[in-house]
Amino acid sequence: MNFVAVQMLIGDRAKYLGLIFAVAFSTFLMSHQSTIFAGIMDRTTSQIKDIKDASIWVMDPKTQYFDEVKALTDDDVYRVRGVPGVEWAVPLFKGLPRAKAFDGNFRVVIMMGVDDATLVGAPRDLVLGSPEDLRKPDAVLVDRVGYEFFFPKQPYVLGRTLELNDHRVTIQGIFNSSAPFQNLPVFYARYSQALTYVGRERNLLSFVLVKAQRGLSDSEVCRRIGAATGLDAATSQEFGWQTIRYYVAHTGIPVNFGITIAIALMVGTIVAGQTFYIFTLENLKQFGALKAIGVTNWRITGMILLQALMVGAIGYSIGIAMTAAFFEITKGNLDLRGFVLFWQIAAGTGAVVLFIVMAASLMSIRRVLVLEPAVVFRG
Amino acid sequence: MTHNVQTITHPAVVCRRVTKDFGAGENQVRVLRGVDLDVPFGGMTLLVGPSGCGKTTLLSVVAGLLNASGGEVTVLGEDSRRMSGGEAVRFRRRNIGFVFQQYNLLPALTAAENAAVPLLAAGVPKKKAVAAASDLLSQLGLGERLHALPSQLSGGQQQRVALARALVHGPRLVVCDEPTSALDHETGNAVMELLTNIAVRPDRAVVVVTHDSRVFQFADRIAHMDDGRIVETSGAGSRPFEPVFAGVN
Repeated sequence: MNFVAVQMLIGDRAKYLGLIFAVAFSTFLMSHQSTIFAGIMDRTTSQIKDIKDASIWVMDPKTQYFDEVKALTDDDVYRVRGVPGVEWAVPLFKGLPRAKAFDGNFRVVIMMGVDDATLVGAPRDLVLGSPEDLRKPDAVLVDRVGYEFFFPKQPYVLGRTLELNDHRVTIQGIFNSSAPFQNLPVFYARYSQALTYVGRERNLLSFVLVKAQRGLSDSEVCRRIGAATGLDAATSQEFGWQTIRYYVAHTGIPVNFGITIAIALMVGTIVAGQTFYIFTLENLKQFGALKAIGVTNWRITGMILLQALMVGAIGYSIGIAMTAAFFEITKGNLDLRGFVLFWQIAAGTGAVVLFIVMAASLMSIRRVLVLEPAVVFRG
Repeated sequence: MTHNVQTITHPAVVCRRVTKDFGAGENQVRVLRGVDLDVPFGGMTLLVGPSGCGKTTLLSVVAGLLNASGGEVTVLGEDSRRMSGGEAVRFRRRNIGFVFQQYNLLPALTAAENAAVPLLAAGVPKKKAVAAASDLLSQLGLGERLHALPSQLSGGQQQRVALARALVHGPRLVVCDEPTSALDHETGNAVMELLTNIAVRPDRAVVVVTHDSRVFQFADRIAHMDDGRIVETSGAGSRPFEPVFAGVN
């Protein structure tokens, strides 16, 4: 009877395609928006992820997330270095100066100041130049977004100059950066240089980057730093999640995306359910005939569930393929970089689609189960 | 194929004082008011009467699609009151064939696939079921139309497919509800001829509900109903039957 179920479904082409479209659209919308949401949240941790040399971040206890930092004192670097278990500790600065090109174009940029001596935290994925070039006078490394903003449609060339807080800087490297949340260009300079590019304050140290000694876990070293200095220490992963949680709790982003995803879920369920129910109503006589002939309720329920699962599987495959294709096609776009369809989103969407088709088929199953087979004798 | 032809003396269907009520309380309507009816093997019994007299309700009770409110109904030796819901469904699947007024073919299945449905429901593999159905359809003159969809068949052809579906699993009781009412006179006659020649055989009973007097000539017995009762039973029709053995045993 599985054959009969499949044939009944695909024989009504309009409803069959309508069901698949409803599920595919719902799948696409849910997975696409979930991916965008996850990508945007992931972007809040971009600068944390891009620093690969150190896995422990030390900060003022009042610092809640990466983008708003309460400065440490310069002494804090030495205090952290003195904690047993710390292999090394270096300063890191983060600020938001304004960069200006000589044609007048300007943008606020994310300025990262890395340790003068070791250059720990400097970007490693360079398109042109090398991290060592930061040692050159007035050197900055610029990400591709920044370079293409200030020098649109021009080839990548080192040695071009910009102005940062009345200081002339020279681009000595161009690198690939993870897209920041605010989509600002990212600049790197030596720590001492970076401090001069922003307004002067008494304390400017943003973070201390730490590497744990061999044989000790990062968590243990974080605990020791916290106990010894009173500062907050977190692994890169922990600090990343802390930042994400801040944005989730303090912005309307999750609600906005949540509403869109909920609408996709409801529309998918309603349209699929309605179409399925109409399909069942139009085939009620046939279902009645099958019951009269001796097909059991269990068998008929199985037929309807098979039809629902078939529609769900095909619709889901099309929807997920559309989402994957979208992000594959757009991955070369600098503004859309970093958005990836995570397997967790694909799996979660699949579970939701399963719910949609099961819910959509429930009304139909109920309608057929209560159908009296004698109805086929009533003309 | 061999057929188990036997002389059967007991009736295929026995109804004694059968009643059927619909609704409850003040809205209760008694449709069958004490029906007594015997349907013998080896012939075609017509149930005739005016609209609303309870013919279709009685047919539904005999076929096991409705439970009688009172009285006794014995079908092929089985007391229908003693069967559970699942047993009744299995009994129908094995022993009863249905021909509906509106054919009720599945529009997405071909003629052969439609006719094979009772075998598919019984778990027979699709290939074997469709082959058996195709044989039967060929005997019914539809050998060239096995792969046609119902929408591509005439009314008479669809009813022949429905007839094949009713017979393919070798049932011992075939019930037909107004099989010719949707057909013109000539086509209706053709269907009734097929029903007589192929469905009727010594170990099978055929019950036809109809108000079409043109088909009375095909009957072996005619039971007249009125107001929920059998009021008269008349004898054989004018045609001798010539059973042709068919179906899967």
